[in-house]
Amino acid sequence: MIETLDFAPFLLSFKLAGVTTLILFIVSLPLAWYLSQTNSKSKPFLEAVTALPLVLPPSVLGFYILVVLSPNSSVGSFLENIFGIKLVFSFAGLVVASCFYSLPFMVQPLQSGFESLNKHMLEASYLAGKNKFQTILRVALPNIKPSLITALIITFAHTVGEFGVVLMVGGSIPNETKVASVAIYEMVEVMEYGKAHIYSAIMVGISFMVLLSVYLFNHKQKTKIGLA
Amino acid sequence: MIKIDIHKSLYGSNGNMELDVNLDIKKGEFVALMGQSGSGKTTLLRILAGLEKAEGSIVANGISWQGMPPQLRGIGFVFQDYALFEHMTVEQNLLFVNKDKELASQLLEMTALKGLAKRNVQTLSGGQKQRVSLCRAMMKKPTLLLMDEPLSALDPTMRSKLQREIKQLHLAFGTTTIMVSHDPSEVYALADRVLVLKEGKIIEDGASDKIMVNKNGSIKVKVLNLSLITNRTVATILLAGELVQVEVDNSVKIGDTIVITLNSQTLGL
Repeated sequence: MIETLDFAPFLLSFKLAGVTTLILFIVSLPLAWYLSQTNSKSKPFLEAVTALPLVLPPSVLGFYILVVLSPNSSVGSFLENIFGIKLVFSFAGLVVASCFYSLPFMVQPLQSGFESLNKHMLEASYLAGKNKFQTILRVALPNIKPSLITALIITFAHTVGEFGVVLMVGGSIPNETKVASVAIYEMVEVMEYGKAHIYSAIMVGISFMVLLSVYLFNHKQKTKIGLA
Repeated sequence: MIKIDIHKSLYGSNGNMELDVNLDIKKGEFVALMGQSGSGKTTLLRILAGLEKAEGSIVANGISWQGMPPQLRGIGFVFQDYALFEHMTVEQNLLFVNKDKELASQLLEMTALKGLAKRNVQTLSGGQKQRVSLCRAMMKKPTLLLMDEPLSALDPTMRSKLQREIKQLHLAFGTTTIMVSHDPSEVYALADRVLVLKEGKIIEDGASDKIMVNKNGSIKVKVLNLSLITNRTVATILLAGELVQVEVDNSVKIGDTIVITLNSQTLGL
């Protein structure tokens, strides 16, 4: 049975997760930094918006993304007419949807990592002549390694495990939007339980390995302190 | 060298307070800033460093610092909690400020840290960490060095050792230094000038021997305990770091403040 299995959905899932993680890291870094440093009145509002994907049903998120990105909407038609980008039922659309869906998994660990830093250490960097960007890159990030690794790996794993939003925004186009979770859903629909078992077991195995690596790394970091 | 005329409203644990400081500090001076907790000492240092905003003006060597970010002020700052870059070695902490390896090596030599240059700072003792923090602050050859209770977390032996190193660095680099401290012996050993801050205002300003030294030989102390020894009331007090028993009137109670007068014999004159 293994010879007849198509692993393209897995590759697509990992490609989607990799691209999403990279984009989210770049976008979330300034957002998480801002949230960790500000006392502004807009902070709770921004935090609530960021955390929204945690509580919203994926179908709600998928529906709104579909509405906004469809060629009939102003955003969708603008992107299609000016840049020739079609975001619905395409890989690019999946990336946009995944970025919204996985945003809190990147922002929240980074924000709590930045908040746990000694403020005087950051001020010492400013007094050493370094600007905010240099301070984030050379002082803040190296000192929140466990939070950074958690953010990157959980975002990646969460994107691999995404189903509802992907199905709504991407559908199931082989090699374009048919990711592993969608493939399993389709196998169950046509009662190919054997294949579904193998796919699901692979997903369980990968997810477990990913989580285990995060916890092992964080455990190692804690025991390493004082022995460097 | 530096003219300070600042005003800031503070909302602290002791209620609202107006910080009003008008001050001239000469080049090369070692100024100690004393006063009770919450009197505005640390805030004043942070305003000078550009870490907090205040109304008014700060002019250093003819250049206005108002609105200037901390990055451009060229200040050295020693924090009470060291605030070292924990992922770096001792040497990397210094070179982060300035790539001058020769200066780093000279500073580590002066503070007996040379052998620890490649050690991660997390593995150091409190005294060693504070030395690294001091060296890091000197890496800019700062015109102004600010220290916020730099020795308060250290034991007495380490304190006197570091006091000598601070004085040595201050003189070697011709730095103007402002240090917040609660310890009179430390202030007397290091500072040329003492400022006493109370509720945001400077209430005393003068040479350290004028402000610090009690010349009338009388000291106010608190009674820690009372005992009766052959019908005489004896109070236990803390004097110069030692517990001492003195005979007192029997109306004295535990917790009272009494005045001890040292006679010439006690003073060894």
